[in-house]
Amino acid sequence: MATAEEIARAADQRDIRNRWYLSAPAMLTIFFAAVGPLAIVLVYSFLTPGSYGDVKWQFSPEAWVSVLFERDIFDDTLSLAGAHMSIFWRSVKLAIVTTIITLAIGFPTAYFMATRSEKTRDLWLFLITIPFWTNLLIRTFAVLQIIRNEGIVNTVLMKLGIVSAPIQILYTDVAILIGMAYVYLPLMVLPVYASMEKLDFRLVEAGYDLYASRWQVLRRIIFPLVKPGVIAGSILVFIPAIGAYVTPSVLGGGKNMMLSNLIELQFGQGRNWPLGSALSITVMLIVMVALLVYVRNAGSQEVRHG
Amino acid sequence: MNWKTTATAVGLALLASSGLAHAEGALNIYNWGNYISPDMIKKFEQKYSVKVTVTDYDSNDTALAKVRQGGTGFDIAIPSQTFIPVWIKEGLIQETNPGKMENFKNVAPEWANPDFDPGRKYTVPWAWGTIGVVVNTDAYKGPANSWGIIFNTPDELKGKVNVVPEMNDVIFAAIKYVGGQQCTDDKAVLKKVRDTLVAAKPNWIAMEYNTIEKMGAGDFKATSDWNGSALRQRLANPAIHYNYPKEGYGLWSDNVVVLKEAKNVENAKLFQNFMMDPENAALNSAFHRYANGIAGSEKFMPADMKDAPEVNIPADVKSLGELQRLCSPEIQEIYSKIWTELQK
Repeated sequence: MATAEEIARAADQRDIRNRWYLSAPAMLTIFFAAVGPLAIVLVYSFLTPGSYGDVKWQFSPEAWVSVLFERDIFDDTLSLAGAHMSIFWRSVKLAIVTTIITLAIGFPTAYFMATRSEKTRDLWLFLITIPFWTNLLIRTFAVLQIIRNEGIVNTVLMKLGIVSAPIQILYTDVAILIGMAYVYLPLMVLPVYASMEKLDFRLVEAGYDLYASRWQVLRRIIFPLVKPGVIAGSILVFIPAIGAYVTPSVLGGGKNMMLSNLIELQFGQGRNWPLGSALSITVMLIVMVALLVYVRNAGSQEVRHG
Repeated sequence: MNWKTTATAVGLALLASSGLAHAEGALNIYNWGNYISPDMIKKFEQKYSVKVTVTDYDSNDTALAKVRQGGTGFDIAIPSQTFIPVWIKEGLIQETNPGKMENFKNVAPEWANPDFDPGRKYTVPWAWGTIGVVVNTDAYKGPANSWGIIFNTPDELKGKVNVVPEMNDVIFAAIKYVGGQQCTDDKAVLKKVRDTLVAAKPNWIAMEYNTIEKMGAGDFKATSDWNGSALRQRLANPAIHYNYPKEGYGLWSDNVVVLKEAKNVENAKLFQNFMMDPENAALNSAFHRYANGIAGSEKFMPADMKDAPEVNIPADVKSLGELQRLCSPEIQEIYSKIWTELQK
């Protein structure tokens, strides 16, 4: 006869088993949709490129070597891969600057929204999400229509007689940044707003009562309290920005490669799938390291402020 | 309705629809985007009561990679001449012997026995064209029949030149410009190619495919481009001219092949034969705006193509064209290193 204890244990076990069953679909999806392909990418990065795309099942570390080093085409010497480095740096720099710009614009926007009356807040929130209704490519082309030489900005400036010839914005770094900031801004505003909405504005009032300046209130009270939102927003902007493909190509004119273009080249006309795989994993590593450093620094500061 | 009846109903519906499709026959075409005339498809469908489905690809590499994986369900693909030897070598396409088909007599002599498919055992001409230099003569009036427009840009065009970022085409042009042979392994030539490209790039405004719209709007004043694209640009703006570079220019040709895994082989063969009929080829040309390699199709062409200099190569520059090949993997690797260097 089973004791009460045994029955309880059996129930526990059943419970645990049920939980596993219930989570199995999610786990399997994650395994097959995320881990599986990544494992293939990792394996491919250690193989030999096939003659016309694809891979030969033959171990080779060459792909990883050529991520960092390049064999000179003409004298066969091995040196640091300057081309890859400058492409990496361009993408990282673009992602950082985009994050800073979206934060600079998104923070006041979120503050504005959070300080409206409860009724109108929903309207503002709704307005912020409108761009998401349209495909990224279409939004990017919309920006192109605005800034191109025959576009709205230049036409208006010329009609008003402010400039005599159109300003070349399209196909410059400025164009890429305008596009990136526009496309990623909602991703910054929404998490910052979520934090800001929870902010107890009586604390702000208390700060003023204690003769804090506006700057002190912002730096000492508001910012520390909405920091989780800022961190979340920065991460949400930084990660897609580092792999941005459409926006830099359409607005930058595709003259200078981004990381994503470099990877695409390897799977397309470059026909070097192992190198493409190795580069993809390198991007993941960069993002991971950047996140670790960022979250750790942000976290330790919070302790000081707390 | 309970589960069982729903499932049965859905099953029956599926069966019914697939049964219908089979009764009339089907043909699945895997093609470049925006490259097949809907009118011509309709004609084929009506003539043979076959349901045609078209799926797009964006590059030869994509098409090759997908078909290699197998299980695509496609019957027909339309790869470029550079890739056809690879498709043949890897056993991806069937020997349908178009050279012995009824309509083969219509294939223009210069396309009847091409290097990429001697004796036309596998392929049927779809479209062919050239890669040259397009210039807006409102911006630049000087001689433009040279790759120098791209690689040694005249002052009037500096910062207004676009280059279509097709790696093999750009490097082919640069090799011609420095006086070499395509697929050369001569390091001195390749070095000159790299230096020429790197020195030329600051004068370019962009490297984009979207030339028709940008040349039309004036964002670009010159570009390297395909001839059919140049034709569309001229029809929109008569000041835009297509030029055949005197250093030599590339020829390309896309061809209809039947996949080994094709399920509708007979329909696919019918389609190959159908495409060699001058009237059908002209119908297709009227849509994609390229020449088709079928003799006698000229008289069915739309008026604006009949003597367009973009489609009919002028006699004096005919000999400068050279069919592009796919280089060996070793050379290809050097190409992609030069390309990375150029865009770093």
